[in-house]
Amino acid sequence: MTNESGAVVVTANLSRTFGRRKAVDGVTLAVDAGNTLALFGPNGAGKTTLLRVLSGLLKPTSGFARIGDTKLPGGPEIRRRVGVISHHTLLYEALTARENVEFTARLYGVRDFREATERALGRMRILDRAETPVRALSRGLRQRVSIARATVHEPQVILADEPFTGLDILGAAALSDLLNDLRHHGAAVILVTHNVDEGLALATHAAIMDRGRIVVTDETVGLDKQTFADRYRQLVAQDG
Amino acid sequence: MVEVLRDAWLIAKKDLAIEFRTRSAFFSALVFALLGIVIFYFAWDSSAVSAIDLAPGVLWVIFTFSGMLGMHRSFSVEQPDRGIDGLLASPVARESIFLGKALANLVFVVAVQAVAIPSVALFYGLPLGNVWLPLAGIALLAAIGLVSVGTLFSAMAVNTRLAELLLPMLSLPFFVPVVIPAAQATAKLMSGRPVGDAGAWLKLLLAFDIVFVVACTLAYPFTLEE
Amino acid sequence: MKPTPLSLAAVAAVLVTFVRAIFFTPLEATQGPAQKILYVHAPAAWVAFMAFGLVGLTSVLYLWLKEDRLDRVAESSAEVGVVFTTVVLITGPLWGKPIWGAYWTWDARLTLTLFLWFVYVAYIVLRGAIDDRAMRARYSAVLGILGSLLIPFIHLSVYLFRTLHPQPILMKPSAPSLPGEMLATLLLAFASFTLLYVALLRARYRYAVERDDAHPAEAYDA
Repeated sequence: MTNESGAVVVTANLSRTFGRRKAVDGVTLAVDAGNTLALFGPNGAGKTTLLRVLSGLLKPTSGFARIGDTKLPGGPEIRRRVGVISHHTLLYEALTARENVEFTARLYGVRDFREATERALGRMRILDRAETPVRALSRGLRQRVSIARATVHEPQVILADEPFTGLDILGAAALSDLLNDLRHHGAAVILVTHNVDEGLALATHAAIMDRGRIVVTDETVGLDKQTFADRYRQLVAQDG
Repeated sequence: MVEVLRDAWLIAKKDLAIEFRTRSAFFSALVFALLGIVIFYFAWDSSAVSAIDLAPGVLWVIFTFSGMLGMHRSFSVEQPDRGIDGLLASPVARESIFLGKALANLVFVVAVQAVAIPSVALFYGLPLGNVWLPLAGIALLAAIGLVSVGTLFSAMAVNTRLAELLLPMLSLPFFVPVVIPAAQATAKLMSGRPVGDAGAWLKLLLAFDIVFVVACTLAYPFTLEE
Repeated sequence: MKPTPLSLAAVAAVLVTFVRAIFFTPLEATQGPAQKILYVHAPAAWVAFMAFGLVGLTSVLYLWLKEDRLDRVAESSAEVGVVFTTVVLITGPLWGKPIWGAYWTWDARLTLTLFLWFVYVAYIVLRGAIDDRAMRARYSAVLGILGSLLIPFIHLSVYLFRTLHPQPILMKPSAPSLPGEMLATLLLAFASFTLLYVALLRARYRYAVERDDAHPAEAYDA
């Protein structure tokens, strides 16, 4: 979190308010290319709002955010580089898994959209159900399609909001492989989750968010995971 | 510009594929249209009002209400799994999203018209023989007007607490300057007058189309948070 | 809320107008007492159009500047405009019954007023159906602008509808030029109604400010 030069996602004192409630309150963070920031926090901490601001769906109320060299809220060029895994699937039930992913690939202007779709579905090990309408898929399989959808254009920035929700062991393994793979190819990942073990397993950096603020930041390298997890549980317990 | 239209077509094709798979809105709109034709017949004193005088009004009342069924579906299919967020987070221009939705709605309304107009002719015993082409032209002009405003209001209505209940309230006043000219022009044609007699009405329709297609396309991005 | 000097002045001005119209303005020769409703009807219509014009203007400015005050002015002006439109729609038929022989005629101007009423009632309903303040402001600004664009189209279509249709012969709605006494009263009525509009707009605006301060919008965080 210290090396700011060349960072892909940077925010400085970023805030987003709804009326008088500060959902995101002065968040400063930086995620370099090739790094994964695991962002923990209790319900209502503002994690989702932060991701929605970074994905361009919400406007920051104050403060600064940039992705690459472009300041948010940016235009199409910036949205092209970001992949969003939301806690909604962003899928159309009536269309098949392949149609959904292919539609997204074309929205993002992927030139060889057929091959890209094939690759994205394959990475999430859902090719065998590609021709099934999403309506007929289970929650976990839908989540796999949703992840394939979010990564079909090989994004340089991945904003993942509770991406493990509903996934079985196989799906979770596929997602972990995918996120690590994208990271090794230079993507910056922000991974929002409640699950400390899952998150720390993938993270190069970790932070805890509470009431709109980043309250703890740490590099996981050299960090005692048990200590971090304890601190997090302590914090959530205080909140409740 | 080319890119905006290409993306719009992509989104329209997606919407039409969904509609074609589920056919829910189209069939309800169609059944609604046919029921409307039948109910109007029984509410009608055929000794006092001739079929030619009644038919244009029936047609345009039916198109406005069945069109609204389709337009409501337009943005409500985006709601359950927040497909709209996927569109908004993608690099496509906001204008493309609006135009794509409007285009799919236009196909929907024209398809309803293609069934309803011959049905009215059949049920009410009206010969459409030589007027069907200008009639189709009027129907298309009017459909463009209905769809431009209806699509925008549908995008707004789904995000309100009243949802689909708000759509007719918002759109019907805007449909007035479409329905009056369309029904009047239809009446002129059906009573055997030349197309030129409806010239003033057609100009009004065309002007409405131009103004509101442009205004609604430009207005849509302003409804979004950016 | 305490009455302000402005609102007191506006009420006084309207009362003076009414007293002058009823007791000190001569009867119109052909229409008799019914004509006196003109002193309410015409200025109310003027205020309604002015109010909706302001909604259109502040809507455009809001989308440009994103300034909360502009949205509150639009909200206030739309509501006051609907009240005055209602007055127009009630006084029109009251006058029409003795003069035209029917409460409602599809006179082009009366029809236009009716549709304006529908548009701006929908505007108020739309505002009431949205919790997020910024979203409410954006949506209503868009409707406010489209509503202004719609007015000429409704006017043209009802006008064409009237002129292209045979109509029962009625007295021309546009009165011949008024004699001096009546004109003076009418001008006074325009002035006092405009003052009343400004007073109501300001009171409604203040209410909006107090409400927004008391209940800051809690929007969805989804």
